[in-house]
Amino acid sequence: MIRPDADVLLEISGLHARVEDKAILKGVNLTLRSGEIHAVMGRNGSGKSTLSKVLAGHPAYTVTAGTVTYRGQNLLELSPEERARVGVFLGFQYPVEIPGVSNLEFLRVATNARRVQLGQEELDTFAFEDLVRERLKVVQMDPAFLDRSVNEGFSGGEKKRNEILQMALLEPLVAILDETDSGLDIDALRIVAAGVSQLATADTATLLITHYQRLLEAITPDFVHVMAAGRILRTGGRELALELEERGYDWVDQELAALELG
Amino acid sequence: MAAVQARGREALAALPAPSRRQEAWRFTDLALLVGLDPNSSAALPRGDATDAPAPQGSSQSGPGTLRLQLDGSSDPLAGVVLPAGVSPLSESELGLALGHTLAATGCEQHWPVELNHASASQLLALRIASRAEVSLELVSDAAAGLRPLRVLLILEEKAQLQLCQRLTAAGAGLTSLVLEAHLGRGAKLEHGLVALGHPGAALLTHLALEQEPESDVRLVAVSAGWGISRLEPRVVQVDGSATTTLRGLQVVAGEQIADTHSHMAFGGPEGQLDQLHKAVADGRGRSVFNGAVRVPRAAQRTNAAQLSRSLLLSDRARIDTKPELEIVADDVRCAHGATVSCLQQDELFYLQSRGIAADQASALLKRAFCEEVLRELPAAARQWCPFERLLAADGSAAGPGDGFGSGSEDLEGEGG
Repeated sequence: MIRPDADVLLEISGLHARVEDKAILKGVNLTLRSGEIHAVMGRNGSGKSTLSKVLAGHPAYTVTAGTVTYRGQNLLELSPEERARVGVFLGFQYPVEIPGVSNLEFLRVATNARRVQLGQEELDTFAFEDLVRERLKVVQMDPAFLDRSVNEGFSGGEKKRNEILQMALLEPLVAILDETDSGLDIDALRIVAAGVSQLATADTATLLITHYQRLLEAITPDFVHVMAAGRILRTGGRELALELEERGYDWVDQELAALELG
Repeated sequence: MAAVQARGREALAALPAPSRRQEAWRFTDLALLVGLDPNSSAALPRGDATDAPAPQGSSQSGPGTLRLQLDGSSDPLAGVVLPAGVSPLSESELGLALGHTLAATGCEQHWPVELNHASASQLLALRIASRAEVSLELVSDAAAGLRPLRVLLILEEKAQLQLCQRLTAAGAGLTSLVLEAHLGRGAKLEHGLVALGHPGAALLTHLALEQEPESDVRLVAVSAGWGISRLEPRVVQVDGSATTTLRGLQVVAGEQIADTHSHMAFGGPEGQLDQLHKAVADGRGRSVFNGAVRVPRAAQRTNAAQLSRSLLLSDRARIDTKPELEIVADDVRCAHGATVSCLQQDELFYLQSRGIAADQASALLKRAFCEEVLRELPAAARQWCPFERLLAADGSAAGPGDGFGSGSEDLEGEGG
């Protein structure tokens, strides 16, 4: 939903970042306003996942230039946990398995960290169970997964549902979903996409990072950005995703080559 | 016990205390015990018969469970009505049985065993009758001083014993435990040992277990917080065809040393061993694990697996881990592995990205590491060993804020 008067939630400006000595982001500009759904598409290695990790504060990446402002605040100054608490959420492409840490306890501790930030009361075990059971419906997840270790032995689809469950509990204002569609069969994709759509409200912004158009059939983006060589090469509406699907990414390479020559 | 004591004192007189020049004590310096004259138990002040305050969660034993207090000086059976299926050993039985399993597992002349014998004046010797199912708790909460504990258990054919044992120390001193158990054919022993010490205290433990065929031993030993702890589980399957499960967790911080030397011997074919030993080392702590497995020619079709996993939390902590497999039989499966790792960065980041503070995330991961062993303790022993207690035992040795998972309390409280 595009509203010109909507608040700017996240403003990325001239963002450069590297991992070890390799420059990956080379000047990303992107503005997310409340109510908007953005999709970032691009080939492997174009910098899409790096962008998501930099926004979440992954320690392996170093920002070398540019700014990221979240609701008027310098996001880059915040630790990963502070970013999560103020309402920036990263849905992982490969959610991490943590043997021995109960999924339920993990979800409770995370939810309470966010609630404290919002000035809300922390939930005890019982109150939290009520909440989590209600939110499980968003992703049609079996409560049995709560009793297991975080993501341990989960299938690809179950891991992604667990990610969206976390999003449903943390109620972020900016959700960055890194290839949430990868590893999902058709049914799981439909469920996950429905969950994301349900959580995308007039007050939130969503950044979908994906290779494929198929996720965008289930979640209609307001903007589609094509990323290549560490920057956003072109921005359009959903028709841009269709064009990519039809023409592949070769034209992106040509355009990039032309740009670099020019 | 008098005769045993006399023999022990005599032996100690001839036997020098272990030093780091001996391979089996290479890493574990008993400097803490220097000043202890092994010839006389009076060298250390004798443990007061009054126990230290019991730790949390220890108020009552479960229904149908016999709890005995061991203080090393008074008769643990005084005034106790033994349940059906449990009886004390007679003098003549003792003459035959005492030390039998120590000899069978090759440790009857080990220095810690002789030290125990030289100083112990009380013995708990029980027989579990054939087919009886018994639950027993042995508790020793030492205030300070020397506390020698000597236990002998005979499990008759198909007897089942769940043994939960707690050793704590509230001050400087030495707790010495020598336990031997003989399992008859088809008998089952589930032994949960929780040893939570004091940075000024030492723990020397020999657990000698002798298994007849079709018997089943499940030993879960957890130790934390001792200045020095040395645990020697020694198991022999006399004719093979038995099942042995060993689980260990040792936690060190500060300047602590924890050393487990396990010894498993198969005396016949088709024996099974499943062993997991875990260690957490923080501060300048040092963890030693040496896992010996002996599979002689007679022990064909043995199936043994040993895994040592260690978590290194500080660059000043040290971990030494060594499997020691001696396999002569040719038709066997013997697996062993050892890992030493730090906390995984990707796991930490995942937790942080959900709003969980870095120290709290570390505490969750450490807890998860320990939980794999803790959850295998029998329920009563598990209660003695909540994660917070492991922290307390450990944290008391570490400096302020340097405790083992200081964030864990936040977990229950502020939530960040």
